Amino acid sequence: MDSIGKSLFQRIDGIMVLLYVSLVIIGLLAVFSVEHRTTDLTIFIANKNYMKQFIWFGYSLALGMLILLTDSKLFASTAFLGYTVGIVVLILTIFIGVDVKGSHSWLGVGSFRFQPGEVCKIFTALALAKFLSLPETNFKTLKHRLVGVAIAMGPAVIVLLQNETGLALVYFCFLLVMYREGLPNAVLVVGFSMIALVLGTLLIERKLLFVILTLVAVLIGFLTRSVLKRDLIAKILLVGTWLFCILFSQVAVPMVFKHGLKQHQIDRIYSMLGKEVPVEYNKNAEEGDEHKTNSSEYNVLQSKIAIGSGGLWGKGFLNGTSTKNQFVPEQNTDFIFTAIAEQFGFIGSLVLIGIYVSLMLRIVFVAERQRSVFTRIYAYCVASILFFHFAVNISMTIGLAPVIGITLPFLSYGGSSLLSFSALMFILIRLDADRNAMIR
Amino acid sequence: MSSAANPRQFMIRLIFIGVASIILLRLFFLQNFESKYKVMANDIAIYKKVVYPPRGIIYDRNGKVMLANTVIYDLMVTPHNIKGLDTADFCKAMGLDLPGFLKIMKLISIRNIDVRQSTFMEQLSPEQTANFQENAFKFTGFELVERNIREYKNQTAGIVLGYIAEVSPEMLKVPRYQSYRQGDYTGRSGLELQYEEVLRGQRGVHFLERDKFNRPRDPYKGGALDSQEVSGKSLELYLDADLQSYAEKLMANKVGSVVAIDPQTGGILTMVSSPCYDPNLLRGRERAKNYSALYRQATRPLFNRATQAMYPPGSTIKPMTGLVALNVGAITPSFGLACFGGYHYCSRAIACEHKDAGHAANFRVALAHSCNSYFCHIFRLTVDYKGFANVKQGLQAWHEYYYRFGYGHPTGIDLPFEKGGNLPDSTYYNKLYRGSWNSCTVVFVGMGQGEILLTPLQMANGMCIVANKGYYYTPHFVKSIGKNFNDPVLEKYHKKQQVLNIPDSTFSIVQQAMQDVVESGTALGAKIDGITVCAKTGTAENKAIVNGEVIKMANHSMFVAFAPREHPRIAIAVAVENSGFGATWAAPIASLLMEKYLKDSVTYKRKAVEDKMVNAHIINKYVYTIDSAIRQHDQRAYEARMQRRRTADSTKRANDSLMVTSWMKKHFK
Repeated sequence: MDSIGKSLFQRIDGIMVLLYVSLVIIGLLAVFSVEHRTTDLTIFIANKNYMKQFIWFGYSLALGMLILLTDSKLFASTAFLGYTVGIVVLILTIFIGVDVKGSHSWLGVGSFRFQPGEVCKIFTALALAKFLSLPETNFKTLKHRLVGVAIAMGPAVIVLLQNETGLALVYFCFLLVMYREGLPNAVLVVGFSMIALVLGTLLIERKLLFVILTLVAVLIGFLTRSVLKRDLIAKILLVGTWLFCILFSQVAVPMVFKHGLKQHQIDRIYSMLGKEVPVEYNKNAEEGDEHKTNSSEYNVLQSKIAIGSGGLWGKGFLNGTSTKNQFVPEQNTDFIFTAIAEQFGFIGSLVLIGIYVSLMLRIVFVAERQRSVFTRIYAYCVASILFFHFAVNISMTIGLAPVIGITLPFLSYGGSSLLSFSALMFILIRLDADRNAMIR
Repeated sequence: MSSAANPRQFMIRLIFIGVASIILLRLFFLQNFESKYKVMANDIAIYKKVVYPPRGIIYDRNGKVMLANTVIYDLMVTPHNIKGLDTADFCKAMGLDLPGFLKIMKLISIRNIDVRQSTFMEQLSPEQTANFQENAFKFTGFELVERNIREYKNQTAGIVLGYIAEVSPEMLKVPRYQSYRQGDYTGRSGLELQYEEVLRGQRGVHFLERDKFNRPRDPYKGGALDSQEVSGKSLELYLDADLQSYAEKLMANKVGSVVAIDPQTGGILTMVSSPCYDPNLLRGRERAKNYSALYRQATRPLFNRATQAMYPPGSTIKPMTGLVALNVGAITPSFGLACFGGYHYCSRAIACEHKDAGHAANFRVALAHSCNSYFCHIFRLTVDYKGFANVKQGLQAWHEYYYRFGYGHPTGIDLPFEKGGNLPDSTYYNKLYRGSWNSCTVVFVGMGQGEILLTPLQMANGMCIVANKGYYYTPHFVKSIGKNFNDPVLEKYHKKQQVLNIPDSTFSIVQQAMQDVVESGTALGAKIDGITVCAKTGTAENKAIVNGEVIKMANHSMFVAFAPREHPRIAIAVAVENSGFGATWAAPIASLLMEKYLKDSVTYKRKAVEDKMVNAHIINKYVYTIDSAIRQHDQRAYEARMQRRRTADSTKRANDSLMVTSWMKKHFK
């Protein structure tokens, strides 16, 4: 077929490589703008993070080269082995890990520290792809579906034990892959609806939410009126869902907040979203105490200031007042998006998000052109991981999602993050180069 | 591998695009429509630093510094920015106790909203400054602002130089002070106020970026928005610092005034309003306290008598009466009057000091001996002159002459709050006497009594006119602004002010008569060896209302003069309140000053006179009585004003105190 007789490098998907490289370069510029000082005499300062990130980029390319030179069958054949090793290392990390801000998710090797949870995503993706592509796997059976979910969620549980909630949540993205491979529609609908309902309950004013939910229910009822007329169960389902949503958002959550949770827990939940605690849940309000801003809320406020002040065209490269004066905490890592949004404005954000969406859509396209199921599933895993990181990271900088410490792939400063995402990408590129082969 | 495309891949694509769209939509609104974030970004990251340039220096005519600057620091506070302040630490560094600290903070929060900067402490001692600078990083919300404080080098001329102080909230509402902020200093009186715009220079505003630790870093936008500060321009005065000190010495322990002008330029050589005060009292921390102490003094040292006190000129007006009479043709120089110690033409007697026959045989002799009868009479002859239709017209003609002499209106000197004296015209008399009056009714004006009132400045300026034979320059202090003699501000002082057309010969007659005053008349004591002095004494009757009664007070001793006659270099007016004859006090003082100015020093043989003048202590006891009456009136007016203000503010005050309590709770648990 089309790849017969072409060399390996001619079979590589240029678009993915291009999008990958442009994201890393944007990331380098962003880290540079955060670290650069006008008083610096030269930009080549070894202990600056952008220089380190540049070196990590070099390592990543070397690693990518190594991956490209590997036989593509190796990844499928060692998938379960790698997964097992990954799980063992994850468990070990709980006991021998370095304590970083209360989480035991880091391993130190010399002066180099990395998060096994980050790397384990790759092994999980490979293992999941391997399991689902096995000829004996029938994903329509409940047993095999449960095995699939167990493969995906096993590392998540361990990472949760390491006290690294954000990283654990990433593993939920594999549900999207399994949806593609045959999980019922309901899983996706229920999953997304629950996320929307929880976020809506916290972000939207209660009475307004009631109106919105009712309107949505009426709209669905109207669209499916022919079905509803015939089917009693459908009617019950619709009314029941509506009732559940209303009870959840109007009664259950307020009840739990008022009587179940402690004040600091409520504060924490709202501050993760960068929102002030509503008066009704502020139990100290009567005492006239000032609401204390805690760190997450401060982070999100500073992040919103930086992004919001960018305007349409931004303040220009190296002219971001919030960025260069370090007002946004964690700006190199979790909040790197603010540097882009402040300096290049909405247009810059649009371009960056455009590149991300292009990359994800390209990966889906690449996935669908594979002969081998293994590569297809792996490609969906990559797309889902990127999607989850991208969506949650940017959402948390603008107060749409809680601050849970998830990096922006390829942009955030950090060696282990860049290396593992690069490996993730290059394995896909390598597998895709053999898209006409059957890989098991 | 299924041949038909799996529909779920499209669902997944849809999810990717949908979520990205939601994020973009949020970003679109956040970045384009929520302008509060732009404001907040500027608030947190941009720091507006106001740089105060040094105020202009004031030099005397010989280049001697009279008023200069020294550096001192003010501590400013923005209460809103105070974060985690260790009050004990702060109080220790600044030498305060906690109640003192709280008291200042409370005052500030009442006066100003807490996001704006207020003065916490003015003019720190060097020790406080050092303590603060060492610990500045701990005291966010506080900062030092460099201030130039004024330094008066000679302890003289306070009333002329004036003083600076913080602008008051009332002043900030006036257009002139639009560009000022709370805490800025501005001239409040004297030249400091008159030349405020010149002396203050231009404030510089520097926009600096600051980092999250509140440390100023790079200039914002490379300094594109900054404005550079411009130093205040210096002023060079006509004032002679040595002469000024000498004049203040001579006027010590007397109430009165001295004004000396250079007739050729209109430049003021000396201006004294006695009693004088040390201008250094009115600067710095102690200003308010010293000001109220000075304000309470019965002799009112803050009142500039030279430009604001209105005296009856007495006989010193007689040269002018003569000038007008001669010029309208009412008399000739040889006109004589038989006076035997009184004037009886108008149904009442006006006393004359002289009784000997022939002391008013002609104009020259009459002026030399200051014959009251003669000048009353020639004033009547002037206003009743046949050339005028009636006495009202005659008085208007006379008024016109005097008005052009600079009387009856402020001269336009470059000092604020100048008074114009009182120059009656026919409208004035019509009102006063309900239309029925004649030359006899107003006859006292001819001898400088009655309704005519002049400031010492106007008297001295009158001498310039006689010295120059018909013109004067508006009296002024400033010779050059920033070494520029033709600054537009000074233009009006370079314009020759011509009086009504009076020929030189007439002036010569008056000058000759005034020369006789010194050589053979009433002011023999004003003689200066080798210099032709022209002068006129005056002994001005005056009354005061004491406890509701009109009381005749001791006469003011007045004296006007210029010298040398041939080439006049100094014209002078001296008034010593309630001290007696003009020849006794005012004349010697004026003479000594003229000698000092013209010959650089006073000859040894006049040492005795000098000592007598310096040591004389003439402050009328009535000063204190009158003073208390004025003060009671002031007090009543003040209380009424305060009462009105209190009523108006009571609601606001209540709100303020509520605000303060909550603020205190918030910041200092």
